[in-house]
Amino acid sequence: MSEYLIKNGHVFDPVQGIKGDKKDIAIKDGKIVDKVGSGAKVIDAKDKTVMAGAVEIHAHIAGPKVNLGRIYRPEDKLFSCTPTKGMERMGGGASIPTTFKTGYEYAKMGYTTAMEAAMPPLFSRHVHEEIRDTPIIDEGAFPVFGNNWFVLEYLKNHEIENTAAYIAWMLRVTKGYAVKVVNPGGTEAWGWGLNCLSINDPVPYFDITPAEIVKGLIEANEYLGLPHSMHIHPNNLGNPGCYETTLDTLRLAEGFKAKNKFGREQVLHLTHTQFHSYGGTTWGDFESKAKEVTDYVNKNKNITIDTGNVTLDETTTMTADGPFEHHLTGLNHLKWANVDVELETAAGVVPYIYSPNISVCAIQWAIGLEIPLMMKDPMRCYITTDHPNAGPFTRYPRVIKWLMSRKARETQINAFKHKDKVLSQTAIGTLDRELSLYELAQMTRAGPAKSLGLSAVCGGLAPGMDADVAVYNFNPDKPVADPEDIEKAFSRCAAVFKSGVQVVSNGDIISNGHKRTLWVNVKTKENPQVARDIAEKFVKYYSMTQNNYEALGHHFVPNPFALEVDATN
Amino acid sequence: MTKTITDVICPFCGTLCDDLEVVVSDDGKKLLEVYNSCVIGTEKFLHSQAPDRVTRPRMHQEDGSWKEVSYDEAVEYSAQMLAKAKKPLMFGWSSTNCEAQSVGNEIAEISKSCCDNTAATCHGTTLIAVQDIGLPSCTLGEVKNRADRIIFWGCNPAHAHPRHMSRYSIFPRGFFTGKGQMSRKLVVVDPRVTDTAKMADLHLQVEQGRDYELLDALRVALKNEWLPDTVAGIPAEKIRETAAMLKSGRFGIIFFGMGVTQSLSKNHNIDAAIALTKDLNEHTKFSIMPMRGHYNVTGSGEVFAWQFGFPFSVDLTRGFARYNPGDTSTIDLLTRGEIDAMFTIGSDPGAHFPISAVKHIAAVPSVCVDPHLTPTTGVSKLHVPVAFNGVETGGNCYRMDNVPIDCRKVVEPPEGMLTDEEFLTKVRDRLKQLKGVA
Repeated sequence: MSEYLIKNGHVFDPVQGIKGDKKDIAIKDGKIVDKVGSGAKVIDAKDKTVMAGAVEIHAHIAGPKVNLGRIYRPEDKLFSCTPTKGMERMGGGASIPTTFKTGYEYAKMGYTTAMEAAMPPLFSRHVHEEIRDTPIIDEGAFPVFGNNWFVLEYLKNHEIENTAAYIAWMLRVTKGYAVKVVNPGGTEAWGWGLNCLSINDPVPYFDITPAEIVKGLIEANEYLGLPHSMHIHPNNLGNPGCYETTLDTLRLAEGFKAKNKFGREQVLHLTHTQFHSYGGTTWGDFESKAKEVTDYVNKNKNITIDTGNVTLDETTTMTADGPFEHHLTGLNHLKWANVDVELETAAGVVPYIYSPNISVCAIQWAIGLEIPLMMKDPMRCYITTDHPNAGPFTRYPRVIKWLMSRKARETQINAFKHKDKVLSQTAIGTLDRELSLYELAQMTRAGPAKSLGLSAVCGGLAPGMDADVAVYNFNPDKPVADPEDIEKAFSRCAAVFKSGVQVVSNGDIISNGHKRTLWVNVKTKENPQVARDIAEKFVKYYSMTQNNYEALGHHFVPNPFALEVDATN
Repeated sequence: MTKTITDVICPFCGTLCDDLEVVVSDDGKKLLEVYNSCVIGTEKFLHSQAPDRVTRPRMHQEDGSWKEVSYDEAVEYSAQMLAKAKKPLMFGWSSTNCEAQSVGNEIAEISKSCCDNTAATCHGTTLIAVQDIGLPSCTLGEVKNRADRIIFWGCNPAHAHPRHMSRYSIFPRGFFTGKGQMSRKLVVVDPRVTDTAKMADLHLQVEQGRDYELLDALRVALKNEWLPDTVAGIPAEKIRETAAMLKSGRFGIIFFGMGVTQSLSKNHNIDAAIALTKDLNEHTKFSIMPMRGHYNVTGSGEVFAWQFGFPFSVDLTRGFARYNPGDTSTIDLLTRGEIDAMFTIGSDPGAHFPISAVKHIAAVPSVCVDPHLTPTTGVSKLHVPVAFNGVETGGNCYRMDNVPIDCRKVVEPPEGMLTDEEFLTKVRDRLKQLKGVA
């Protein structure tokens, strides 16, 4: 494999505590190394910013609901199609780009790892086929557990060991990465058209509460010692006043401590926090509770969060929170798609337009920015747009601009139709903080990698780590004249390396890399009861036989990268 | 000695049964018996064993006779045809696996083809309606476990999807449906007294082509508003009775087929049916699902969508993907005489398209990749027989509820035969050479 030397760049690497020093980064055999031979190809990074490849902790980029969005929104392709070009396959789509375009767009912005945030286990083959067709970036997928009948039945009796054995089996057969929970209990209730809006609403028939599900899954996750923690989208998403449910959910993690060999410290990851930080009682007195939520997270070190920034675009919402999407179509009257998945989960899809002329949308925008600006520890707060729910991931450079420049925020606030309402219902106007490049590297690289249990692999530039490197046309020594320059610089990298292969040069794709599928292989003791329960459910209730359930073979996971976990003790 | 292979997937209809058992000879070369499948599925497996099966590609000669050619010659003809054509059409894809579809899409991209699947003549109208109004749906296991109200509208699963009713929709005892058929009410809407209709608790014998009116009348009845004495041949009381029955269920589903997608009003029928489903969700839980025909037509739509962004009727001739049914759809392209080469795979347009479209297939350079002899192979210049997918090779397929299931290989194909994927891969590689693509 070729050797590279990225010379004279301003390096930002929280893993090694490097804050913009001029430093050379050497690459050999796919890894970062101390030094390379004189034959190494030199990349001149003078006056440029060098960071590790960015890590996406939560996006909906592959699988049945994403593709349903593509199928039922031809309008999303208007003006967004790209032709075949050199290495690049043709692409299309703005909020739900085709798989090829997804890989290229991430890579061009310097992202090299991404997590598909909700995999319905029954559809794992579909998720993996799309992951296979998404070039360059390493991807993993989180199977959903929060409404799974096995989990509901085991946790009703607090059977942690059985839950853990079931999770291990599920991760293995679906080639999954982590335990995802979406609207615990509420999505099962949706099977009957109902919902669970608080952590104490009982789940119909199963007679368990969301609180019991969440606590049980945290325990099972730590029992196994998985790389990532339980990753939760709590109940009551998106409603005025929902922050109380969010705080109730976060309190469930009290007293739990992370137990794993991957360097992860949290036991609960709260995703798209923006959607869960709303106060008020109606859309009329809708207000930000970002302070209340971030205050709690700042104090409790066993929690990490991501933001879910609203980008003020037309987009396509999609979530395993089936009842929420039904509620949303009632609000905006746009087309509603829904898929209930037997024994496991559900999903809904509804297009949404975040208009800067609507006060609620503008307040959502402000809350999304308040959260990272109010978080004291950037290693525990990660930038996402919950792609495509709050906005497409291609808007990350714009979110970065807003976070790094108060002036950019003010420009946007002044452009809102209901500027006064935004200022009265949120604290965005009072926040002076501008993120530094170092903090940005924490929020987009080292932080999410650590939270995912990948801190030894990616998110940093220490020797021995994967050579995922992004070089930006951004000179940290020069004051920013125009905030638009920030957005421009982070939109297209000067160079990107993925596992030591240069994939982007001057904003163009020059290689499709060797993308890998990340998954977690857990060894557990044999558990005859769980094995019997699984067999019984397939015989009686699934519409597929057990022998046809597992995503096997090269076609689905051509280039696996398994994180090994031994939970036999 | 024989071997029994279990959990075999049936590559016939969109029901995609995955509990078949197939008995093969000890050397794995002969397929002897098929268990658990319906009569159509059994035939599909046994048909692969026909002694008179064509096993090598054949070129149509000027005098109407066939001349056997090698696979290499077939690859060369196909690649040359696609390389030279200004606007080739690659049609079919519904009876092959997703791996082959993926390679086919690469070929389409390199040769700037129009590509389309059999939704063009089946559920394409459904997809158009879904793009208008959405689709509240579920997996078939949900129906088995929860549904107590089942509607079959313009479809006849007793004949077209024979095991659908026993596996998913009427008879099975699921988690919340322990009494099986006794716990379900069945409504059939069909102008004919079909074998499915004979089983119904309520058969609405709608006037032919009046489905739209009846769907709308049901929506009116749900709202308890005024109705004329009869709508679409159905008395108002019966409509109100039906609406009450649907409302009173815990979980209902509408299955619909060609009777509504390809009769008068087409996609507008489906718009109305989906709107009815949405309305019913104000009272109880309701879903709707198209009864997809070919066993992997759903998969073709999925692969098109994640690679090009659209589920069918995709036009790549401008170098990027366009979608405009009526303009980019197969029958329209053929009847307007716009295309100058035809590549058919995994489908039989010769038997199902209007004669004016089929005539155009016969008039241009054409390839048909199909293990069977069909009207399409009959009018094509080159016939490339291949291994039966799902019998002689595996591969991923999508059931009518979009659930992916990996088909199994149960016997060896006749010696020297290629699979769809292998043949397409050779064509792709040769086409890349001809086009000078890396």
